Amino acid sequence: MFNAASTTPGKLLQMLAALLLFAAIMGVILFIAGRLGRGKSGDKWVGYLYLAPAVLLLLVGLVYPGLRTIYESFFDAAGKGFIGFDNYKTIFTDKDELTVLRNTVFWVVLTPFVATAVGLLYAILVDRSPFESAAKALIFLPMSISFVAASVIWKFMYEYRPDQGNVKQIGLINQIIVWLGGKPVQLLIESPLNTFLLIIVMIWIQAGFAMTILSAAIKAIPDDIIEAARLDGVNAWSMFKNITLPSVRPTVVVVLTTIGIGTLKVFDIVRTMTGGQFKTNVVANEFYSQTFRADNQGLGAALAVLLFILVIPIVAYNIRQVRQSSEA
Amino acid sequence: MSTITPLTTGPALTPKPETASSIAKKKLSSPWASLAAIVIAVLWTLPTFGLLVSSFRPERAIKRTGWWTFFSDPQVTMDNYKAVFGQDGGVNLGDYFINSLVICIPAVLIPLALASISAYAFAWINFKGKNFLFLAIFALQIVPLQVTLIPVLEIFVKLHLTGSFWTLWLAHSTFALPLAIYLLHNFMQEIPAGLIEAARIDGAGHVSIFFRVMLPLLTPALAAFGIFQFLWVWNDLLVALVFAGGGNEVAPITLQLANLSGTRGTAWQLLSAGAFVSIIVPVTVFLLLQRYFVRGLLAGSVKG
Repeated sequence: MFNAASTTPGKLLQMLAALLLFAAIMGVILFIAGRLGRGKSGDKWVGYLYLAPAVLLLLVGLVYPGLRTIYESFFDAAGKGFIGFDNYKTIFTDKDELTVLRNTVFWVVLTPFVATAVGLLYAILVDRSPFESAAKALIFLPMSISFVAASVIWKFMYEYRPDQGNVKQIGLINQIIVWLGGKPVQLLIESPLNTFLLIIVMIWIQAGFAMTILSAAIKAIPDDIIEAARLDGVNAWSMFKNITLPSVRPTVVVVLTTIGIGTLKVFDIVRTMTGGQFKTNVVANEFYSQTFRADNQGLGAALAVLLFILVIPIVAYNIRQVRQSSEA
Repeated sequence: MSTITPLTTGPALTPKPETASSIAKKKLSSPWASLAAIVIAVLWTLPTFGLLVSSFRPERAIKRTGWWTFFSDPQVTMDNYKAVFGQDGGVNLGDYFINSLVICIPAVLIPLALASISAYAFAWINFKGKNFLFLAIFALQIVPLQVTLIPVLEIFVKLHLTGSFWTLWLAHSTFALPLAIYLLHNFMQEIPAGLIEAARIDGAGHVSIFFRVMLPLLTPALAAFGIFQFLWVWNDLLVALVFAGGGNEVAPITLQLANLSGTRGTAWQLLSAGAFVSIIVPVTVFLLLQRYFVRGLLAGSVKG
């Protein structure tokens, strides 16, 4: 039952067997928990027992691997010789790696701000409209599909056909360029344009998330504040600037940082659309290429650790902002 | 249930007569506001719509003319969908579709069950080291997957599990735990202590409290996290690439779509139909259970 199954009934049977095995394990845990005494000390053991499977999985599958990767980031490509901080030096000096870093900065700065701005604008525009929920679903739907499918959808938008006689464009963007009298562009090959076009895909996916969260925050603004402002006769812009925006500011911070963290780790879009070629590579994809394509385990590990390190300041900023707003 | 509604959006569920933004919008000369909303909605829908239309056009038409010509010259065929499910050309999407289901179901149920009992322990049982453990698990949420992949792969090699569904079940279950425990713990804490105490006075132990008191109240929370995890696993590429290998034995549908895009990047008749076959399940789940999904999002967490 631990080998690969190749037929559909075989696969389903294996899944069933796995679920039964897991149910049996849960049964044993609950049976023992039921037998343990009900006093204070019995309680304590039930607690440890309930936590045991999760803690075990986390130690083996998350904590140990994380520490191991940090350790391996100080070794060479084969993982044999200790080379200190050389892998990190490579990341910050090698020409290709610097392009990777530059692109990652573009991604992490642009995606959260544009997606949040679009999401906020749209949330305000459709708020209380008769079509609110349908209008929201349209923007939100990209959140539920895979980055791979989103990449295929957008690759088709960016499709290029050479500018010859009766060859027609099949990608909408190039067709619009041609309609406007321009020449078709190899959109995914021209650097740095291609990086921005990939970023648009991520913005397209994340705007719905921003809109949903911000829409809830907007609806939670207390009535009396709005009423008071209205009695003062404020106009739309100052209502937005002085009431809406300050009220949803803590939520905006959470949305920005959440999208920022997600964007830092984005890999599927780059891999599916350009494979990291034509100067579109980012840290998360370079991690994959170095580890599995170039067989440079050490550099791959260092890139993974870099991702981890880059997440920390974003999370710290988030925590500080949340604290400040709860104190205020 | 009326007293216990964990994760509700509060005011969002009880509409108010007017909100700041509705006033802002009204004064923002309405036609322009509507126009802006329509422009955004169209921009966001058009890319998907174009590929959807293409998936029903004959191969010749897709490759020679833009999808917008469909409206002047409509030609409809199901051939592309037949082709992606067929054995020719090695697309064979049906097998991968089954794989995705076989991966997803245990990868959702296992972490849900494990996280439920862990969250129960954190919320309702006193033991030494509780706060430290909870903080540690909470902090693990920020560890990127990438950091763990190679050592986990080495463990799977030692256990002779490579190339089986077990790698994906175990990996997805483990990676899901920190967020699942954190979310479910937040839900459970909101359940009034009186309910638990009453059950204890009646002589119920932690097992029967868990099943008889907690589980019925937790349904919305379990649904919220279940949908999260389902979409995450169904849409995942990275974990599948590292652990599943490319063959039709274990690899999920996203992986096959990504491979197709890499090796046959101009076969739009296959890519368009393939993309929609891969989208149909998550979109259906999302549309049916949108309410729970949004609640889950509003609980303040997204995985990544």
